[in-house]
Amino acid sequence: MNAPVTETRPSGADEQRNAYDLSRLPTYGFGAKSPMWWGTLGFFAIEGMGFALALGTYLYLLQLNPSWPLAPAPPDHWAGTLNTVLLLASLWPNRVADRNARRQDLGRVRRDLIVMSLVGLASVTLRLYEFTGLGVSWDQNAYGSITWVLLALHLTHLVTDVGDTLVLAALMFTRHATGKRFSDVGDNAFYWYFVVLSWLPIYLAVYWLPRW
Amino acid sequence: MSDAAPLPRDLPRDLRDTDLDGPALSERLARIWGTGRGVIARLSSVDHKVIGRRYIATAFLFLFLGGLTAIVMRLQLARPENGLVGPDTYNQLFTMHGSTMMFLFGVPIGEAMAVYLVPLMVGTRNIAFPRLNAFSYWVYLSGGLFLWISFLLNIGPDVGWFAYVPLSGPEYSPGKRADVWAQMITFTELSGLAVAVEIIVTVLKQRAPGMTLDRIPLFVWALFVNSFIIVFALPAVMLASTFLILDRLIGTQLFNPAEGGDALLFQHLFWFFGHPEVYIIFLPGTAFVSAIIPTFARREIFGYLALVLSLIATGFLSFGLWVHHMFTTGLPQLGAAFFTASSMLIAIPNGLQIFCWIATLWDGRPVWRTPLLFVCGFFFVFVAGGLSGIMLASVPIDTQVHDTYFVVAHFHYVLIGGNVFPLLGAIYYWFPKFTGRLMSERLGRWNFWLVFVGFNVAFFPMHISGLMGMPRRVYTYGPEMGWGDLQMLSTAGALVLFSGFLVFFWNVAASLRRGDIAGPNPWGAGTLEWAAASPPAPQNFDRIPLVTHREPLWAERAGLPVATGLSAAYRELVVTSVAEAEPQLREASPEPSIWPLVAALAVGATFIGSIFTPHAVLWGLPPIAAALTGWFWPKGTPEDEA
Amino acid sequence: MSARRGLVVILVVPLASCNLVQSPLNPVSPQARELLWLFVVFVAVLGAIWLAVMATLALSLRPRRPAGADPLAVDPAYERRAVALVTGLAIVTGLVVLVLTGLSYAGQRRLFGEEQAGITIRVLGHQWWWEVRYEDAAPDRVFTTANEIHVPVGVPVAISLDSTDVIHSFWVPSLMGKQDLIPGRSNAIRFTAERPGVYRGQCAEFCGMQHARMSLLVIADEPAAFARWRDGQVAPRREPASEEARAGEAAFVAAPCALCHQVRGTAAAGRNGPELTHLASRRTLAAGSLPLTRGSLAAWIVDPHGIKPGVNMPLIPLEPDRLNTISAYLAGLE
Ligand code: HEA
Ligand code: HEA
Ligand code: HEC
Ligand code: CUA
Ligand SMILES: [Cu+2]
Repeated sequence: MNAPVTETRPSGADEQRNAYDLSRLPTYGFGAKSPMWWGTLGFFAIEGMGFALALGTYLYLLQLNPSWPLAPAPPDHWAGTLNTVLLLASLWPNRVADRNARRQDLGRVRRDLIVMSLVGLASVTLRLYEFTGLGVSWDQNAYGSITWVLLALHLTHLVTDVGDTLVLAALMFTRHATGKRFSDVGDNAFYWYFVVLSWLPIYLAVYWLPRW
Repeated sequence: MSDAAPLPRDLPRDLRDTDLDGPALSERLARIWGTGRGVIARLSSVDHKVIGRRYIATAFLFLFLGGLTAIVMRLQLARPENGLVGPDTYNQLFTMHGSTMMFLFGVPIGEAMAVYLVPLMVGTRNIAFPRLNAFSYWVYLSGGLFLWISFLLNIGPDVGWFAYVPLSGPEYSPGKRADVWAQMITFTELSGLAVAVEIIVTVLKQRAPGMTLDRIPLFVWALFVNSFIIVFALPAVMLASTFLILDRLIGTQLFNPAEGGDALLFQHLFWFFGHPEVYIIFLPGTAFVSAIIPTFARREIFGYLALVLSLIATGFLSFGLWVHHMFTTGLPQLGAAFFTASSMLIAIPNGLQIFCWIATLWDGRPVWRTPLLFVCGFFFVFVAGGLSGIMLASVPIDTQVHDTYFVVAHFHYVLIGGNVFPLLGAIYYWFPKFTGRLMSERLGRWNFWLVFVGFNVAFFPMHISGLMGMPRRVYTYGPEMGWGDLQMLSTAGALVLFSGFLVFFWNVAASLRRGDIAGPNPWGAGTLEWAAASPPAPQNFDRIPLVTHREPLWAERAGLPVATGLSAAYRELVVTSVAEAEPQLREASPEPSIWPLVAALAVGATFIGSIFTPHAVLWGLPPIAAALTGWFWPKGTPEDEA
Repeated sequence: MSARRGLVVILVVPLASCNLVQSPLNPVSPQARELLWLFVVFVAVLGAIWLAVMATLALSLRPRRPAGADPLAVDPAYERRAVALVTGLAIVTGLVVLVLTGLSYAGQRRLFGEEQAGITIRVLGHQWWWEVRYEDAAPDRVFTTANEIHVPVGVPVAISLDSTDVIHSFWVPSLMGKQDLIPGRSNAIRFTAERPGVYRGQCAEFCGMQHARMSLLVIADEPAAFARWRDGQVAPRREPASEEARAGEAAFVAAPCALCHQVRGTAAAGRNGPELTHLASRRTLAAGSLPLTRGSLAAWIVDPHGIKPGVNMPLIPLEPDRLNTISAYLAGLE
């Protein structure tokens, strides 16, 4: 009963024909060549979906409640606006870092990573100020809850990227600063684009929808 | 093979697979790719086959535990006013049953089979991001154990597998039970998401040279599409469970209507995930069917393109149906009708799949082995369940049968028909690949008939119980309701079903030791995993196959052409382009590491701690950060620096 | 109409021998009948499809290619025919679901329309009982009862549904499909009972520990009988008739019972539990947990948690004679 169904085909090494030589291929690549880039894209999709649904929740609650915001006044927006400007401005050094990483220009990459670390830290600090200006606490009502949730959700991404940038910056000043690390810098820059772009709709929702 | 020592550091770093041949090459690669022998080495393994095996075994363990809860429920319901368990235990039982089956069995089993089989089927040496893979497994295991230990400590959740608010909210579920549910969900879904990304990247970037998009096996297509559904669906339930835990632990008001929140918001978020979830469970079933049918019909699949397109269409449509679980919540009529239409529309891709499979069988020569029996069982049961789904999709009809045993019957027909039947067939099919031994055909037949008959006797009567007015989730009912006989019949069927599973378990256990030796390709199948040894060597293939056809082993009878030039000194695999699978890079693949386990434990402790105090999140951060740094810190080896 | 009836008979009669105290298969309103008809049509169409698919599957399992044939060798003629057939079947599937969607939507339009109701009843869901309020233009004719709803035969009834705690679902299958009671939202349901009778219903959304024992009765009366019942309910409680009952009333009002239960005409005005003013006119106790008798009343008061574990009524220790008088009193509240 347990005999094989039909003849089995050999997969023996002896018969294998060598048809393709891989030995000349490079051992790392940038952008869409690199699996890590695709992995990062996958996580963007996941996190982007999370942001989209959280924003969806915001809009859902907004249309459900006859008045919005459920607070005496809309949130103070100076810190948020400043942060937005900072994040948008950081797109430029981020791009420079990406380019220098591709060129494997160690000196410049070191400089760029320091700049990006400082930008990240400044943005996190501003975010903490943003919370103080909301004028509503998270446990007061659903408006307060979803506003805090949106800011906090984005904050976790900021913190993750800053942490990553700091570690990479540290690595670049050690003997590990070679080859593959440059493509890591590229992936880190890619992530920063996502952090900045995902902020824009949140900024509009949190600060401008209540003023509408 | 697995007794290889950890990577020997003294090998010449530029040794290539062209420098060696035959057994010398196999042995060398096995040493490089192998998992060491000690406890730490085993816990550090990043081999997709080792992890895949653990994943599969763990998913079956949870199927078994979920099955046990089902048996207790069935015994309780066998007679009216039965006193075997009280309402409190019963409510925990069905919550544990549903949550275990959906979150700890249903989603993971598809991913588990994918973790093992996809790299073999696409002809690569390991999954993409192997350490993340190890991490996902540990997260899954600890999340599942956490749920079950809580249950044994009598703080198991008792609010149903979809835990509707306000019942699960702070006011009506004091204590920790609902928190356990919410954190377990967030935690285990994390692992599901990570695996989905690994599979997507493996399929996109690590296919063997020449495996163009239209040569990807249907099995891989199904799990690839499935991974996309996971990526877009799971965030919704994570958000829902996070919102719930925030409402419960730090007093947010998201679901509290008195403070501007909304109870239906939870339902929308949950079912926006929940409906795709059922296809996340079904698509692996279609993957197994698509792999088994051509082999046992001795004919290549009919309608490859149509099958791929229906998978994709199912994926898209599945995000547009969630409201059909909420037809009785009083949503606007026209809106509800839209979801009737979209739900019924999904019959088209589903029907197309069924028709293509039957057309393949029609033109074939069936080989009557156990896997094919289970595929026939799948047709019988799943189509019936799909058609009862079409009944539920009608708003007016659903107002009568919603939340009755009719729905319970529907979803067991589709879940067990669409997932468990193909899965059992798949285990019979790939068991020789996993273990090198065939399972017993004689026991296989017993297994099939007991499961098939037991299943139908257990679940067909539930349609009628439902039509006789029996609601679901009741721990008992009065004798005057007239449901007793049918419920007794269901219980009897469930016991037969259970005995079928015992035969299965017996067959697995016995065949592991005494089964006939299989050889690489016992069924004469056509896809790449059958070109590897049974069980596969740690490196899967000594030389990377070059793919020239959708069924390479059928097309290349003289032996597969190969691509050479990868390192024989350290772990290296070939990265290819997305559409044409042109080789692009030779990339180093990570070495074993204990850090994924450490990271999973740190994350797990943080999640569990957060149930008791929100500060746990802060305490948890430093250990998590430390574990992640250990994980990613460069090892200073040339390939790492390359 | 008669073809309709024929189909219904074929598919339902085998089941009708069963006990259908709470079943969509036993419709007594035009709404429930329409729902049954729709269901039967779906079963007939989809059942036929299932049989056809299974028959094709069975035929497909005959061996058609020679043993040992190359699995990659396919006959182009077969492929052409199969492509045409499969495409055709996919189109047929599309047409069938189009028709079914249309039928479903037409039914929905008819069933959930906003027709004028002759009487409006407000139902409030509680863990695990139903509060029932009869609205009226005259404030002194508004009254509250629990777990038992009387409706006049032939009059369109509208029931508005709200919840005080968690989500419940109102379902009396002989009269109409179900509808949820959701905190923060209002829903409604409409039906017209055609025949006098007692129709059982049950909460259909899991609502916690005693979801299983949250049933209700709808009693359809001839309009005259309904009016009599209503007048009786509007009135305050019936004066205790016996010495024992008088003592019972005093004990009831003095005991914690009065904190949760209302008996109109006495000082007991609690609102956490069911209104008891005309308790003895009801058929069951505690949302269908027990038939209502003096004995079961005593049993309930002595140990509500033994009968309905988790219930929101505490066990109140009473000396045997107080228990006796209270049960006697409550049993007399018709
Ligand atoms: C594997 C899992 C799985 C699958 C595949 C499906 C498939 C379908 N399901 Fe099911 N469903 C569940 C699992 C699944 N379901 C679960 C778990 C629940 C309950 C959750 C809970 O409440 O706990 C549920 C509940 C559920 C409901 C809500 C019921 C309620 O709570 O009141 C509805 C309503 O529309 C529904 C509809 C459908 C439809 C239309 C399909 C369709 O996809 C079916 C399509 C398939 C076919 C139609 C058969 C093949 C086609 C042909 C042979 C062609 C010919 C066909 C025609 C012409 C029609 N399902
Ligand atoms: C994939 C999903 C899945 C599966 C397989 C099953 C399997 C079974 N289910 Fe379940 N069921 C659900 C998903 C599933 N169920 C869900 C989602 C709900 C809703 C929950 C809710 O309302 O919240 C539900 C609810 C549900 C109810 C309704 C409870 C209620 O509403 O009160 C009932 C009642 O009979 C039931 C019965 C059964 C039975 C008898 C089985 C049997 O098929 C079980 C058979 C299996 C075994 C007996 C164990 C198997 C043994 C082995 C695998 C041994 C080999 C193992 C090793 C290697 C260790 N299920
Ligand atoms: C803390 C509140 C509370 C107190 C005190 C209380 N009850 Fe109750 N009672 C309830 C609730 C709630 C129910 C509904 C239980 C259910 O069916 O789930 C109920 C139900 C009942 C019923 C059944 C009503 C029906 O419509 O079926 C009776 C009779 C009753 N109580 C009598 C008493 C008596 C007598 C006392 C005092 C000895 C008492 N109750 C004290 C809350 C209370
Ligand atoms: Cu109320 Cu279930
Ligand atoms: Cu669904």
